[in-house]
Amino acid sequence: MSDYKVSTKHDPHTPDKHDPANVTNPEHAEHHIVGPATYLGIFAILMVGTILTVVASRLPLGIFTAPVALAIAVTKAVFVVLFFMHVKYSTRLVKLTVAAGFFTFSILVIMSMSDYISRAWGQW
Amino acid sequence: MADHALTHDEVVAPHGVHEHPFYQKHHFETAEQQREAAGFGMWLFLLTEIMFFGGLFMAYLLYRNWYYDAFVSGSNTLSLSLGLINTIVLIGSSLTMAMAVWAAEVRKQGALVMYLVATIVLGCIFLGIKTVEYKEKFELHHVPGASFDISEFVHPTDKAEKPLPVDMANKTQIYFSLYFAMTGVHAFHMIIGLGMLIYFVVKARQGLYTTGYVQPIENFGLYWHFVDIVWIFLFPLLYLINRH
Repeated sequence: MSDYKVSTKHDPHTPDKHDPANVTNPEHAEHHIVGPATYLGIFAILMVGTILTVVASRLPLGIFTAPVALAIAVTKAVFVVLFFMHVKYSTRLVKLTVAAGFFTFSILVIMSMSDYISRAWGQW
Repeated sequence: MADHALTHDEVVAPHGVHEHPFYQKHHFETAEQQREAAGFGMWLFLLTEIMFFGGLFMAYLLYRNWYYDAFVSGSNTLSLSLGLINTIVLIGSSLTMAMAVWAAEVRKQGALVMYLVATIVLGCIFLGIKTVEYKEKFELHHVPGASFDISEFVHPTDKAEKPLPVDMANKTQIYFSLYFAMTGVHAFHMIIGLGMLIYFVVKARQGLYTTGYVQPIENFGLYWHFVDIVWIFLFPLLYLINRH
């Protein structure tokens, strides 16, 4: 079945993670394997969030309908990013990269919306 | 990797000097460094994806504020139950994909293949339900364009729905344009993903990813979960604008 040789030998070039001369893994990150129990727990949380968002949409929340729906969606997305996508266990480089993505998106939304809102300021 | 032409390292370095896994490229010091670089590169790609979908979400936000009544009427023609089922199916496929990454990490070949196939099945169910929804929109003439029919929005058959003036009823085409653009691009990502999953199943059956070479499965997992996150936002924004 297996066409590929499994390497069991220790790599002599793997540096000691805490050696100051270690430049290949400067954050001393230990590789973390997320297990099935965590994944099932996150799945359960996402299911609860999905039910909540349907229930909330049927409540008379007025202008808070959209903020509540978005708050639930953001919470679900955070769980997916942190656990399914392993960001909680990732290096600071990856955490910063993810944060940069959402920060750039917030610039897109905030700058565009402040322009549209202020164009006809006072005329509504 | 036993019977093949000599690799670069086997030619230039004596055995034992450059012992490293078969999947490690020669320009990386360690397999771990390669894995981190690949993960970082995948995240950079996902940043471009955030901005790609971000433009659509920005357009949605603006037009929803401008033509709120049209968005409510358009949204209420979608099937809440089909949207809910699809949300559960897609989050389920994210779970099986996450489990596939775990199976690759702990080198369980049978489990890896099973979870990848489960992800394919759930992805196909999602696209199948989406097809049913699209078909209904074509039948009702709710696809933006020359044959778009506004009668349902001017004279709703459901008395609980608010009748719209003709100019606002025409703006439901903007809602449906965004609906088709966003769910269409999302579905396109899934179709690409399903193609890659089939490739991964073939290679996983040969044992490629249960040798410590988790990187392709892990990076594909990031892609699949990203597509899941997009849907987590699309579901409330498209299906649940005002469901009273």
